[in-house]
Amino acid sequence: MMEITEGSHAVAEAVRLCRPQVVSAYPITPQTHIVEALADFVANCQLDAEYITVENELSALSACVGASAAGSRTYSATTSQGLLLMTEVVFNAAGMRLPIVMSIANRAVGAPLSIWNDMQDSISLRDAGWLQFYAEDNQEATDLHFLAYKVAEDPSIQLPAFVCFDGFILSHTYEPIDMLSQEQVDKYLPKFNPAEKLDAKDPISFGMYATPEYYLEFRYEMDQAQKRAKEVIAKAGKEFGTLFGRDYSALLEGYHLEDAETAIVAMGSICGTVKDAIDEMRAAGKKVGLLKIRVFRPFPSEEIARALSKAKRVAVLDKNISLGAKGGATAIEVRDSMYGSTIPVKGYVLGLGGRDIRKKDIKEIVSLCEKEIGDQFYGLRKELI
Amino acid sequence: MALAIGCRARPGKSRDNKTGSWRVFKPSVDHEKCSKCGMCQTLCPEGCVHEDAEGFFDPDFMYCKGCGICAIECPKEAITMNQEEK
Repeated sequence: MMEITEGSHAVAEAVRLCRPQVVSAYPITPQTHIVEALADFVANCQLDAEYITVENELSALSACVGASAAGSRTYSATTSQGLLLMTEVVFNAAGMRLPIVMSIANRAVGAPLSIWNDMQDSISLRDAGWLQFYAEDNQEATDLHFLAYKVAEDPSIQLPAFVCFDGFILSHTYEPIDMLSQEQVDKYLPKFNPAEKLDAKDPISFGMYATPEYYLEFRYEMDQAQKRAKEVIAKAGKEFGTLFGRDYSALLEGYHLEDAETAIVAMGSICGTVKDAIDEMRAAGKKVGLLKIRVFRPFPSEEIARALSKAKRVAVLDKNISLGAKGGATAIEVRDSMYGSTIPVKGYVLGLGGRDIRKKDIKEIVSLCEKEIGDQFYGLRKELI
Repeated sequence: MALAIGCRARPGKSRDNKTGSWRVFKPSVDHEKCSKCGMCQTLCPEGCVHEDAEGFFDPDFMYCKGCGICAIECPKEAITMNQEEK
């Protein structure tokens, strides 16, 4: 059913429809509206879940770890400093192979303190073992939660998942959403029924210690599960498309990419701006296309190399920076995916801490890329430095 | 021990974990001095000291981490710790 809803509330409604049995979170801007709405659902008996209030994010995810190990479908949401405060548990949840789904309303990381959007928070945890989905708009942010639970809980995967969407830009924006019904979601998402769970009558411990003789193999198994997730996402995304008309089987999405001379690679809400800029550039005779990355973990490396193989040049937009490295994480990994190719890959670090990116900026980046100027910050205010 | 997903373990799995590989110093018990008091068995944090048929106490080297508590606490100073060649 179509409805006009704030992004956070659409996400909360999607989570309610997934029937989590335990929700634990701590309010933090710009994620707060999600967990406020979920608290309302629980209080109003619209969601039959334990809502565990805690003193901080470390405890929030710890509560989720316990609940998930006990066999409950579990949900949390956070951003920025909150995500970093729970970092230790983020790694543990993945190592214990607990399919927790957590929404990340992407926000910059301090210091300096910033409540505005970039993707530094979730990107910084790219090595933690969680699946990472990135939404372009609120419809995608909503749908990816159903997909995330389906993939995370698949017995062959058993990994937790971030569903990331840009703080404020999406979380606080009202958009029309085609919201699924409870019957539709129930049809798509079966009950969480893990093979192993905490049970006093049949005791088991999770995440025991591994000596040097075993640890390496545990990490290998997690990496294999990440790689298997590509297939599982393709299958679950296709099923979603068959049932509800929106196909998420591809980890990437192309826009006018077939004959593009300049290919832009981006993630999240900026893709909407890029698409509009491409329309205008195409109208002016410039062959520009977009490759949107919807799934950052597992990273679709081969798929990216294939999708970009016909481009003359590639411009990668990063709303994050790996300080001291050659740019943002996406550019580094795209360049690695293109290793051996003669197509130049230029990275642009932009939009950090909520700096607006407009269509004219995208056009400017395309012309910089044409001149082979890149691997730099874009939009620096020179008068300040 | 086969790998269990998420490093999950049923009770009793610590038997599979041969902590003897951690050892640097290996205890050696002099049965001439030993009074069979059993203090080493009582105080061993690993619980790996066993009484044999003659009443002597010896550590199980599959699990003994070589902490040396038995050697320090032995009232007869019958236990010496020696660096182990591996």
